[in-house]
Parts: sequence; C-alpha cells; structure tokens
Amino acid sequence: MSGSEVVIVGGGVTGLSAGWWLARSGVKVTVLDKFIVGWEASGRNGGGASHYASPLFDEEQRLWPQMDELLGYPTEHQKGRILIAMTERQWEQYRFIAERHKRLNHPVELLDVKQVQEAVPLAGDNCFGGVHYKFGGHANPQRSVQAYAWALQDLGGKIIQHSPVTGFETAGGKVTAVKTANATYGCDSVVVAAGPQIPQLMAQLGVNVPLAAARAEMIITEPAPMMPLGGVDGHKIYGRQTMRGNLAYGGGPHEWLDMDATGPAARPSTPLARNLAKRLAELLPKAAHLNVIRSWAGVIENSPDGRPIIDRLTSPDNVVVASMSSVGFGLSPASGHAIRDLVMDGKCSFADIDILKLSRFDNLESDWREKRGWMPIT
Amino acid sequence: MELNFTGTDICAINGTRSAPEAHYNTVVVGAGPSGVAAAIDAANAGLRVLLVDENPVSGALMGNDVPLYFGGRMTAATQNTERMLEAIFMSMPALETAMDAGVELLLGTTAWGVYRNGPGVASLPEQVVGLADAERSWIVGFDNIILATGGRDLSMAFPGWNQPGVMGAAALQMLLTRYEAFAGRRVLVIGSHDLALETALLAKKRGIDVVGLVEVRAAPQGRSELITKVEAAGIALYCGQTIASAKGGINGVESATLSSGAEIACDTICVAIGLIPSIELVDAMHGERALNAQRGGYIPKGEATVSAVGDCAGLTDTGFDHIAYRMEWMRALSSVSADDTIICQCEEVTRADLIGVQPPNYLTRPAPMCARSLETLLDDGPANPDQIKRLTRAGMGVCQGRRCRDQVAMLLAIEADKPFGTIPLASHRAPVRPLPLKILAEWDEPAALDAAWDVWFGIPTQWVPVEDLNTPYQDEHREMLYTGMYK
Repeated sequence: MSGSEVVIVGGGVTGLSAGWWLARSGVKVTVLDKFIVGWEASGRNGGGASHYASPLFDEEQRLWPQMDELLGYPTEHQKGRILIAMTERQWEQYRFIAERHKRLNHPVELLDVKQVQEAVPLAGDNCFGGVHYKFGGHANPQRSVQAYAWALQDLGGKIIQHSPVTGFETAGGKVTAVKTANATYGCDSVVVAAGPQIPQLMAQLGVNVPLAAARAEMIITEPAPMMPLGGVDGHKIYGRQTMRGNLAYGGGPHEWLDMDATGPAARPSTPLARNLAKRLAELLPKAAHLNVIRSWAGVIENSPDGRPIIDRLTSPDNVVVASMSSVGFGLSPASGHAIRDLVMDGKCSFADIDILKLSRFDNLESDWREKRGWMPIT
Repeated sequence: MELNFTGTDICAINGTRSAPEAHYNTVVVGAGPSGVAAAIDAANAGLRVLLVDENPVSGALMGNDVPLYFGGRMTAATQNTERMLEAIFMSMPALETAMDAGVELLLGTTAWGVYRNGPGVASLPEQVVGLADAERSWIVGFDNIILATGGRDLSMAFPGWNQPGVMGAAALQMLLTRYEAFAGRRVLVIGSHDLALETALLAKKRGIDVVGLVEVRAAPQGRSELITKVEAAGIALYCGQTIASAKGGINGVESATLSSGAEIACDTICVAIGLIPSIELVDAMHGERALNAQRGGYIPKGEATVSAVGDCAGLTDTGFDHIAYRMEWMRALSSVSADDTIICQCEEVTRADLIGVQPPNYLTRPAPMCARSLETLLDDGPANPDQIKRLTRAGMGVCQGRRCRDQVAMLLAIEADKPFGTIPLASHRAPVRPLPLKILAEWDEPAALDAAWDVWFGIPTQWVPVEDLNTPYQDEHREMLYTGMYK
C-alpha cells in the first residue's frame, strides 16, 4: 500500500512511533495533534523502558539501544535498572520478581547493600538489597517524543499541531477522511492513538473502547553527581537520574478523572510532591539535601485490565486503535512497529499480540468503572 | 485471573490526604509594606490572619539568586540568620503593629505552592498553601489568600554576566537597605528608568561609588526629577549605548565594556532594566493572569479567593511600556554579543543553542539534529517556551528559570518575529522555590496515604508477565505483589 495515506490521530509517543514506522515503509503519513507533540502523558512520564509484562517486551528491548541511530536524534536512552528494597517486605517482593525474571531468562542479579551502593552511590546502608536488571533502561520522554516527530518528518511525514480531531467521514465500511475544525484529511487508513480522548473519538465510529483517565504526579530535583546506574526504582517509586544528573521520580496514589473529548482541562500537581519527596529521601538518603525544583502531573488512561489495546477493527476495517494503558512510553519503539504491521499487513509480524485485542472487552459490564472504583471524586 | 471488585480502588488518592495543620481566614504571602498593610487590615476586620515571608532566605539560596538576583554580592553577614531576622524587624516597624493587631507572623517561611480543587483535581480537603521553613514543610488551609510577593529582577545576558558581581536592582536595594550587607564598592547601573535612577541614588546615598548609568535609548527614561537628581549627584549617563561585556577575575566583575568601546572599572553591574511581578504562585496554581506591558509583565487577574497587592499585582502604571523597553534592550544586547553568549546560567545554554533548539553538550548532535532549529520548529506551530526548555534545557536549572525565563521569551519573540505577547508564559511549577527533599517531605504522612501507595496504578493484571497468564504463577504474582487488592 506504498504511497497511500495514513492519518494518525494523536501526536503522543505511540502515534508518532507508528507514524515513523509507517514512513520508514514508504507510507505517506499525517499526524494530527490537538496541541504540541508529546504534550500529555508521553512527555510527562518516568521514561522507563523495561516492560517485561508485555508481549512487546522483546521488541522493546531489541530496539531501544538502536533508537538514537535509527531516529537520528538523541533520546538519552540508558541501559539497565535497579530495584532497591527499603523494607523486609519489599526485599521479599523484589526477590520474587527476580526469580520470575530468571525463569523467563531475563538477566538479573541480586545485589547486597555494598553492591547497591557501588551502583547507586546516593543509596544508604538502610536498604535491604537490590535487584539489578541487566536489561531495560530509561530515556528522556520529551527528547524521545521530539526525536520520533523529527525522524518522521525527515522521512516525508507531516505533523499538524494545534488541530484537534473533531470527527470522521465514512463510506463503504471504511473511514475515508479525518476532520479537524479547519481541514479534512482524506485517508486510506486511520490510527487512533489519542490517549484519554480515544473513547469519545471511537464512539463516533460506533466502537466502544473502555478506558478510564487518571492523574499521576512526579517531582524532580536539582542535579546530583552522575551515578553508575541511573535507572533506580524501589520503595514503591519509579524514576531515573537524567543524563544531566537530576532525579525525576513518580509513584503513589492516582486520581480518577472524568473523560473530556477535548483532552485534560488542566494537569495540576498537588501536595503529593511531599510524599514523593519522603520516599525519594528514604530510597536515596544521600540525596536528601538536594533541592526539589519542579513537580508536575500528567493524565493517563487505563484499560479495564491495565493492558494496552492495540487492534485493527473489523468495522470500520481500516482503523487501528492504540491505547497503551499507562505503559506507553517505554514500549513505544515496539508499539509503533506493531501498529505499522496491523495497518499494512493486518497482523503483527514479531509477536503474538492477540491479548491486546479490543474484543477481550466485548462482554465487559457497562459499570466496569464503578465496580473497580475508578470513578472521579464527586 | 478471577477478580472480585469491591467498588473501591484502594490505590486511589480519595480521602487519603493529610488535613491541613491549621486554617486561616486569610493568608498573606510577603511581608513587604503592601503585605503587612493587607494583613493588618484583615486582622482588624476580626479575621484569623497568617503572614509569611520567605526572608531571610538561606545563604545557599541567595547564592543561587533566590528569590532575587543577588549576583553573589552579599557579605558574610547574610549567613547569620539571627542578624538577618533582626535586620528585617528593624527595617519594618509595621511588623510589630501587625503582631499587635493579632497577625500570626512567620519569617523565614516560604509559600511554595497553592493548591485548590478545580479542573483535573477534586481530592484536596480544601484550598491550601504549602509552607516551609528551615526545618520542615507543612500545609495550611485558607479562605482567602493575598499575594504580596513583590517583584523580581529581570536579568539580561551579555558576555561575562555569568560571574559574581552582576546582579539585579531589587537585590541591590534589599542588600543596601534592609540587610546592610552589600559587598560591592563601585557600581555600574544598566538602565535609566525609575528603577535604575532610584537604585543609583540609593546606592550613592549609602556611600557606594556609582560610576554611571547605561541607557540603550538616546535619552534617560525615568521621571525628570529623578534624572535631575542623578545628574546633580554627578553620576555619568551613557545614553544610546549598551553593555557589550564584563571582565573579571576570581572575585567576579572588574570592569564593563560598553558598545562604544569605553571600559568602565566597577565591581558590580546592577541590571536595573525592569522588575517582573512575582506571580510564580498564581501561575503554578493555574490562576488567571494577563500580560500588562505598562505594569511590568504578567499580572494576576484576581479571583474570588485569590488577590494580589503591591508589585505582585503589577507595577505602578506610569504609561511607560516596560515590554517595549525590555525588547529594545534585548535586541541591542544580542546585536553586540556573540552567539555563544550564555543565556541560561544553570544549564549553560548559549543563545546559539537556544535559537538552534540544540540539546545540551553532554549529548551528541548528529547531522539531522544540527539541521534542526527554531526556524524549522516554527514550521510546526507557534513558539512555546515550555517546548523549547524541554529540548534545550534553558530554564530547567536550580534557579528555576528566574535568571533566563523572561529572556528566553523575548528571544523567541524576536526570532519568531512575533509580538512578545504572543509567546506563552513558560510554566511555573511548585515548589516555586527550591526545597530540599528532606524539607519538602511529609515525614508524618497519614497511614491511609501509605496504604494507598503503589508504585503505579496497582492493577493486578498490569504487570503479570504475559508468559504467566493463565498459569499458577499469575495468582502467585498477585498474592505476592498485590495483597489486599481486588480480592
């Protein structure tokens, strides 16, 4: 289908990666975004790239070390992660996870306190030990999103910002065009990767996509001296040391929100920054003197089972829907590949992703959000 | 995996936050003349009033130009907190009046964030302000908050500005008057509007050698009586010129070179081009604000429970267009300085890298990266400072963009050939002052919050390896990692 048009709704990391993969295959791609690329969750997350629970994991691991070269722009990808236990219970849990990795042939090593401190000098001797993942890693979300966008443009793809999608034109069981307030974009295929706005958009096509949006928060400190291993998780927080040295961390309770067709009205952070600061000061006690210089929040969507939805619909049959269900950034090199395969070949070439089909929710009860307590506070 | 839902998500924030430590009818942030007056008025009206002021800030923060652009020109006296506190009380007799009126006064206490329910958040127990002193942070609730946070110095980049001795007018005034802790002897003032003239006269009065004022326009800009006083004081006026560079040594500035080529010996260059209303708290709380060129920049619009007084509400409108004046300075300074002039001191971003939208030096710049620039980015849409800062890191440092955010916006406007007002205001984020992790931390957080804490959403099916689905391992996984959830 080289030379035909694919319109991608949503310039987040998933849509941009899909567009880049399609452009690499010679497809003419247009990405439409309501504001600026990567402005929502894609540019606001912890940058982790170690999603061993996903069928896309192997492809994620294969691709990240090559991404700077493939894209032509820096992503700040760094390899490896460590999980540091701060309580007896966490140490038990993390060793359980390590055992799982061993069984799945993911290279991991248990570290004692001294070894933890060698890898992570900001750690204290108050920890119980660590699990070193010799796989996975992290990258700079904002830089990576822009790298996808630029790489896509370098291959002839178009990015139209400040253009919220308002609807679709359909004919003969296919979407024939995507509409914004100012223009109509004819297309052979559509990828809907619009994050929390997916349900409202897909409802226009008569397709129910069960997703719920929530707000989560992060903090960042001033730079610390660079540590041998910067991908440090544990103590129920996640994050990384940036290549500049800052410690960027998130985790903790989320707040479920109403879904708005036009996207989040605001992304306010809250005093939860204090609780993130507490845990980070406990995880890395030698960093406790570092200044926190920003906090922020992002709005992310989850599917009912927390797993992504990547599916090519049967009707209309030229639409691929993609929600990464709050684990999108790290998996983006692989999710884009999978979406490219679904658009062009109807089938993922490198993994069995049937578990990510939308049809798994066909019999979902209508009150699934209420049942889970995933409701906005009233 | 059979999941039995309970209708409650135990990992959601709902109801787990700590209650504020106290509740006040009115919290006033900033104990300058306007803030103290507002606090006294509120107390006299029978309200419970808390008045906080971040000063004296620690020597370390002053070294990072927080909250004002001190340029490293404070004496060792500023390290002595007791002396600093005394200096504040001595310089502000109204503080005693406020306390007599029943105002609760906390000095050395920073208001680092204001939070309220609204779009995107409904979980706060009430509207609160985050406070911190040298020991800890805490939150208090309020009915009304009055922001009296004053103005902060506009800094301007020129070769050599990133060394001790280049400072702002508000910082110099504070060191001269309140603290009597200015470490310089010979000052060159940049600018000639009221702020510059008043600062020059104040310095002169305090026995400082004021070696001149530099004005980019053809004639001095401020009120004529101030100009007359400056001339009468024998202070030189260098009009139609800009500063081209500053030279210095281990102790910072030693001389300034003007665009005319004249070299002027001085140990301090006081940038007095303008004050910016300090609206960090308003912006970080998503409060309404609007650009007002005659009042110094973005100012709060004012809301039912959030108001502003003093310079924070906008400089006195004298009809002078501060934005046009600053833009003229920025154009002039840019025209006489090399592209490798540092714009963001914290992250060492040059003007060339800012306009080139290039990444920091610790990253490689392959050919496609080098081909990118603000010009190519503008093809995608209007310039947005938040996007630029993420790519270049300008404004991402420990001074929280105090020294460069306004310059970045001006440079973007100039490069994009758009009016300054079309460039969005770069986001301010809490904490609006740098706060150590150990101070910001809520050490005595509620047990309910800890119980709700998960590293991510706490969805049991989210992290089970795909290989383990529908095997006994998935239940083991759930048992080990998701105790108590969805059972």
